Amino acid sequence: MHTIVCVKQVPDPEIPPAKFKIDPVAKKVIPPPGVPPVISVYDERAVEAACRLKDKHKGKITVISVGSEKSTDVVRHAISMGADDGYVLQDEAFENLDSFGTAYVLGKAIQKIGGYDLILCGRQAADWGAGQVGSILGEILGLPVITFACDIQAEDKKLKVKRILKDGFEVVEAPMPALVTVSSEIGLPRLPAGMALMLARRKQIPIWKAKDIGADLSELDRSKAHTEITEIFIPTRETKCEMISGATPAEVATNLVSKLAKMI
Amino acid sequence: MRGGETTMSPYKGVMVLGEMAEGRLAPITMELLGCGRRLADELGEELSVLLMGGKAGALAQEAIAYGADKVYVGEDSLFDEYNSDAYTQWIASFCQKTLPSILLIGHTDIGCDLAPRLNGRLKGGLSMDAVDLTIDPSTKLLISTRPIFGGNAYAKVVSKSARPQMVTIRTKIFSPAERNDSRQGEVILVEEKVDPSVVKVKVVDRIKEEVEGVKLEDAEVVVSGGHGIGSAKNFEMLWELARLLGGTVGATRRACDEGWIPVTRQIGQSGKVVSPKLYIAVALSGAMSHIVGCLGSKCIVAINKDPEANIFNVAHFGIVADYKEVLPALIQKFKEQRSG
Repeated sequence: MHTIVCVKQVPDPEIPPAKFKIDPVAKKVIPPPGVPPVISVYDERAVEAACRLKDKHKGKITVISVGSEKSTDVVRHAISMGADDGYVLQDEAFENLDSFGTAYVLGKAIQKIGGYDLILCGRQAADWGAGQVGSILGEILGLPVITFACDIQAEDKKLKVKRILKDGFEVVEAPMPALVTVSSEIGLPRLPAGMALMLARRKQIPIWKAKDIGADLSELDRSKAHTEITEIFIPTRETKCEMISGATPAEVATNLVSKLAKMI
Repeated sequence: MRGGETTMSPYKGVMVLGEMAEGRLAPITMELLGCGRRLADELGEELSVLLMGGKAGALAQEAIAYGADKVYVGEDSLFDEYNSDAYTQWIASFCQKTLPSILLIGHTDIGCDLAPRLNGRLKGGLSMDAVDLTIDPSTKLLISTRPIFGGNAYAKVVSKSARPQMVTIRTKIFSPAERNDSRQGEVILVEEKVDPSVVKVKVVDRIKEEVEGVKLEDAEVVVSGGHGIGSAKNFEMLWELARLLGGTVGATRRACDEGWIPVTRQIGQSGKVVSPKLYIAVALSGAMSHIVGCLGSKCIVAINKDPEANIFNVAHFGIVADYKEVLPALIQKFKEQRSG
């Protein structure tokens, strides 16, 4: 079984918000100094899902990422978890793409890799969170699309996927190859072993440019963008925290309860 | 903007994808109609709604009462249960004939699955989870505001030339349309049938999860624990306080990752978004990814040993202390209050 997983490198969301800064003119987020970017949380779960299928059915996992040369770090992370090969898709033409552009580039790379049974993506990215790339990619490749998976089983060229719903879940079946987007409910990603980390560091991660995957640059023309961001802003919060103190825990509790009296 | 093209565009009007629940219009449909009516009036265009299902026709007059000028009815019992392939195929084909300029979809289980696939087919411009929608007075383009970076920032998104301009709208953000039974409108039956061969993904089971006690999203009080709680057993104290206040318990991603509490209780970017009257944040630092899940709370109380913890920057009341000392005292106090 051959699974291709699409991963993205994002600024670490586990930071205090005071470190989160934006550049409203460039309409970009300023990477927090000293905090290395990480693999997007849902994408890491997608890698985990692929590893579980490999544990059971053997086969191979290929990881791809559209990004900068730095994205080799997240591809290596996926390899240390259990992926076999990885490619970074990096080209000037791939910068600041909208969901259609990203899906187009991923689609071209996937067609080049070929021979897959399953494509996995995170349900959305932890940064811009558009939540569209996986589904559009599925449409481009003409594959069955299953979103928000929390469990994936594969038997005899058929997938059985549990999908998360607001009030529960549903189970769907689809023929392979198919595209599945993975939700965090699938469970914790594995921690790579020391040896795997070392081998992943040594792994060659080829960088593919637009010409390597046969991407038509006119498809990536900015003027063709389906959506455009005209402004980004951080909402202002006007909260003042009133500290509650007291000589004993009981006194602190009494003081807080009297403050909350009106509310509950 | 190539202004000339806009006026020449064959795409016209605002269309709502209606949702139904238990044989009635779902609350999100009224919210979409309320929002859609305002946009249609600003543009001087028509508001239509698409209703799909074996008994959809029976709800057409109601949709008109809630503001629709035109109701399209796809009356096929195949639509009674949502199927991604059937809906995507049928609605895409329908939109290619009706050419709406704006397509409003709920940010619901159905909408989150359907909208991106539909967009992939229609090659429109989609913005997900919109919390605000306006019309640019000069270009007449739809401007949607959506959260980015887990809600720590917002982006305004436009679609200059791709059509339809599509959005999924977060639930409970827009006021529902007001019902007026004297409103007039047109009901159009859409004859086209679903091609069953397009259905590749089949739903074999749908299970509603029974939640013990109050649902996290509906709770008026949420007591939430972070990594500082230290163990699964220590969460019991949070449960006791929550039950006492008629609320429930949530947690940060790190606490869930530790396995101290089920991941379904996770609040924040990769978990649930809650907006209770009272949010008691216990032994959690307030990482960016967590606080976006609770910022809508009316009142946030933070209990943390570390006076520098970020949670104090968003809390209304703060207690710098070990929760193991404060929570029992708090529980005791509330008990006294109840019995008194």
